[in-house]
Amino acid sequence: MIRHHITDELLMAYSAGTLPEAFSLVVATHVSLCDECRARLESYDAVGGALLEKMDGAIDLSAGSLDATLARIAAWKDAQDRPASAITQALAPEEQPVFPAPLRDYVGGDPAAVRWRPVGGGVRQAVLPTSREASVRLLYIPAGTAVPDHGHRGTELTLVLQGAFRDEHDRFGAGDIEIATEVTQHTPVAEPGPDCICLAATDAPLRFSGWLPRLAQPFLRI
Amino acid sequence: MPASRGQCSVKEQVEELPEWALELRQVAVSGDAAAFARLFEHFGPRVKAFLMKSGADAAMAEECAQDVMATVWHKAVSFDPARASAATWIFTIARNRRIDMLRRQRRPEPEDLTWGPEAEPDQLDALVMQQETARLSQALEQLPEKQRVLIERAYFGDLSHSEIAEATGLPLGTIKSRIRMALDRLRHTMSRESIRE
Repeated sequence: MIRHHITDELLMAYSAGTLPEAFSLVVATHVSLCDECRARLESYDAVGGALLEKMDGAIDLSAGSLDATLARIAAWKDAQDRPASAITQALAPEEQPVFPAPLRDYVGGDPAAVRWRPVGGGVRQAVLPTSREASVRLLYIPAGTAVPDHGHRGTELTLVLQGAFRDEHDRFGAGDIEIATEVTQHTPVAEPGPDCICLAATDAPLRFSGWLPRLAQPFLRI
Repeated sequence: MPASRGQCSVKEQVEELPEWALELRQVAVSGDAAAFARLFEHFGPRVKAFLMKSGADAAMAEECAQDVMATVWHKAVSFDPARASAATWIFTIARNRRIDMLRRQRRPEPEDLTWGPEAEPDQLDALVMQQETARLSQALEQLPEKQRVLIERAYFGDLSHSEIAEATGLPLGTIKSRIRMALDRLRHTMSRESIRE
């Protein structure tokens, strides 16, 4: 049961197409798991559709535009002779891949395909390639382990994919998203049970409170 | 399957879809060039205007609008009129093309929940979605000028995601409930299909 959802401004920005790629990946992954947010997102898409329909002073296309488009369509068809569109089927629980499709695209598979790097204290991470305005990484936090107390200079989105963590404020289980801002200061601890895997995006480097983690920060590549 | 479907042929059902959904279905089912031409005439100029308002020059917008309309043809089979209006669906294609073109970024998309090429659109759900869309348009027009301008700027890619907070708070409750119902039905169908296999 997902309890922590995406905010309206993030959904609207994702629908408008203005989020940094790293944040979009977290939103798309959460929406893949949460039909409530999918319905909210598609409502924001409907706002975009209403604006498109009402577009003032619609600009005429150049002469021959339709023919040029039909030629494009024909060329495209020849090129690939249309592979049957992939239809996502609901899988039986035991076949359920751990990562939703958008994340699989970035990782190149499920957790086994991730190239984890240790970052101390048993915690591992893998930075995923995105545009540079913001960064996103997978975090692997062994059950019972704490992530060092840290504040945030920008906005940080943390989506739980497996296991759960707790901080001073609340509990976050699989599918839940935590949105931390500059004022959030917390110490997330992975709960006992399955190890915790999260997808975390930030538009600023993390800021750790203790001096040792601060020294370690340059090695985290975030 | 709803009882209303059993009585009529595929042709009759299709004719009761909302107007642009009908054209999209004709393109998907039979590659109907005349139906595509009508879609093109209506949406092509709108897509081009949308791209120009979003910062593209005329030549780039023309090029991309053609590309968007070609994508409309190829993906017509995945359009679900119970979940979105044709304008909404075409907006998402144009937006994705814009991200690609102007920001040169990938666009991570949620896992696909397509309803599959064999499925028939449910006319009643499609018509209700059309009404909801019309109601949303009216509600947007009645918003205070300041908020409406802010929303337009947001969708033309002209607001940062922190500025967007001021543009939220839209009357989306009823359209959201309809979409949610359509998703629930789709999930239900998908799990039935997987059991059958």
